[in-house]
Amino acid sequence: MSNIKREKALGKARRFILGVRFTDGLIFKLIIYLLLISIGFVFVYPLLHMVSYSFQSLEDLLNPQIGYVPSRLYLGSYREAFRTLNYFKTFGTTLLVTLLPALLQTIVASFIGYGFARFEFKGKKLFMALLIATYIIPPQVTMIPRYVMYTEMGLINNLLSVLLPASLGQGLYSAIFVLIFYQFYKMIPKVLDEAAQIDGASRAYIYFRIAVPLSKPSFITVFLFSFVWYWNETYFASLFMGGGKYDTLLLKLLNFNSAYEKVFGDDNLINEGTTMSATLLIILPLLIVYFILQKQFIEGIDKAGITGE
Amino acid sequence: MKRKLTNKKREALAGYTFIMVWIIGFLLLNLFPLFASFYYSFNDIIIDGEKGLIATFSGFKNYIDAFTSDPIFLTALGNYLLDVAIYLPLIIIISMIIAMLLNQKIKGRGFFRAVFFLPVIISSGPVIDKLISQSGDNTSSLTSSAMVENIKNILPAFLSGPIELILEKMIIILWFSGVQIVLFLAGLQKIDREVYEAAEIDGASPWESFWKITLPALRPIILVSSIYTIVMLSTFANNEALKIIRGNMFTTGYGYSSALAWIYFILVALVLGLIALLIAQPWKNRFEKEDKRYVKH
Repeated sequence: MSNIKREKALGKARRFILGVRFTDGLIFKLIIYLLLISIGFVFVYPLLHMVSYSFQSLEDLLNPQIGYVPSRLYLGSYREAFRTLNYFKTFGTTLLVTLLPALLQTIVASFIGYGFARFEFKGKKLFMALLIATYIIPPQVTMIPRYVMYTEMGLINNLLSVLLPASLGQGLYSAIFVLIFYQFYKMIPKVLDEAAQIDGASRAYIYFRIAVPLSKPSFITVFLFSFVWYWNETYFASLFMGGGKYDTLLLKLLNFNSAYEKVFGDDNLINEGTTMSATLLIILPLLIVYFILQKQFIEGIDKAGITGE
Repeated sequence: MKRKLTNKKREALAGYTFIMVWIIGFLLLNLFPLFASFYYSFNDIIIDGEKGLIATFSGFKNYIDAFTSDPIFLTALGNYLLDVAIYLPLIIIISMIIAMLLNQKIKGRGFFRAVFFLPVIISSGPVIDKLISQSGDNTSSLTSSAMVENIKNILPAFLSGPIELILEKMIIILWFSGVQIVLFLAGLQKIDREVYEAAEIDGASPWESFWKITLPALRPIILVSSIYTIVMLSTFANNEALKIIRGNMFTTGYGYSSALAWIYFILVALVLGLIALLIAQPWKNRFEKEDKRYVKH
């Protein structure tokens, strides 16, 4: 009797550890967690490294015995980074050249996406193909004529050189945003429009009163990504607005070494701690936004991913 | 009848009104510049203070120059191709694996997903530069570790070389995988669990289920992720070829740098076309064949 019981218990334990088909056992779970944690560690490793170095003084950085835990909390690197970046002023500039185009781009993308999703018209397929083409064509091909055009229009080193493309639906990754809205507006049943139309509502009224309120989540996602991508953009910003008037945080980071020399003189050598502090200061606003709104970021891509076809 | 026609016209008109901004923008900022830079690329462009641009036709000179006397650009193109060849398969495979790990019944899925997506938010040219190059001591310690030394000693050079390269670039590969992981996870969650259960009852192992159920279902996601990855790699600010194109604007002139941009564009288009063909075509045929086989039985 007890033998059978023991065997039963043993079997249960075995099933618990190995599972019926291995994939539902404890060992399998443990392996999954172990893998996820170690991959996660590699993901955040550069960030941990940055945080650790940003608090180390020069002596700590040079001392081979000090690895990642500084001997004392040293804030000098942050002080230097703050001064070199001219942080608060640059932060304001960055907000200006990031928020405005992101806002414009979001509104316009919603408009265009709505047009593509809700109406049938000649050439729609062609236009949509061209829309996707604008995503695939490297912007370097159109960059030079745009530069010539902006020069003639006096838009170089002018905020309008970012706002113009954004307001015409040709901003940074605009095509993706249009497609996100397209995907969403496609899902709203057309019956809703027809009912409103019978009640005498105009197309504009339907868009503003029915479509826009329903698509709030899409607006948030698109705006967030637009904001982050404009924040991180340096290639075109340095070409079209590199005159110094609109230096964003990332442009400052791009030329951080020379900026540092300007502030502290040639003979003061820059150390890794300062660079790491500056990098951390620059991504900090993004980290805060992400920390608060990470669901909106991820779920937005989740839904947009269904764009599959 | 007549009424219906006008309705149709009205609808079309409304559609055009909504996308009008985009059409104007496309013509002004994409189509016209596309033609213009194509034209520039066959000319020598001089900027005159008063008359503006002066273009003199030079035929294929810019293109020939690029291929015969610009080794820096050619090297950059080669590196770009090498990067795509290394990163693309690894990013796709790794993000698929991570997505499958996340798709298990585990606690803290949201947390892990948030960690893996984080780099998407913060990775930009300068930040990657500062972060990856400065934590270079990490990668060097990774490559000089005993394991890698052993790999180097045991394997022949043509195998150990790529492995070393991959380990060196591991962090970048992971940091570029955030969006793809989320895409794959969304794709995985769309697959009906019942299909797996049915396969299990029929005696399929998890391994078989992966090849017969998961992978075919993920095909569209693999395609989208690949295109996304290629476009991301091709437009990333640290890309040497892009820096050369921009740099040439103010040294050798608009004509030559337009030619470089077009060469780059054609190369990117070829890569995209090749990948789209590789992923979309053979699979389709194979599965159609298999379908037919099942019909016969």
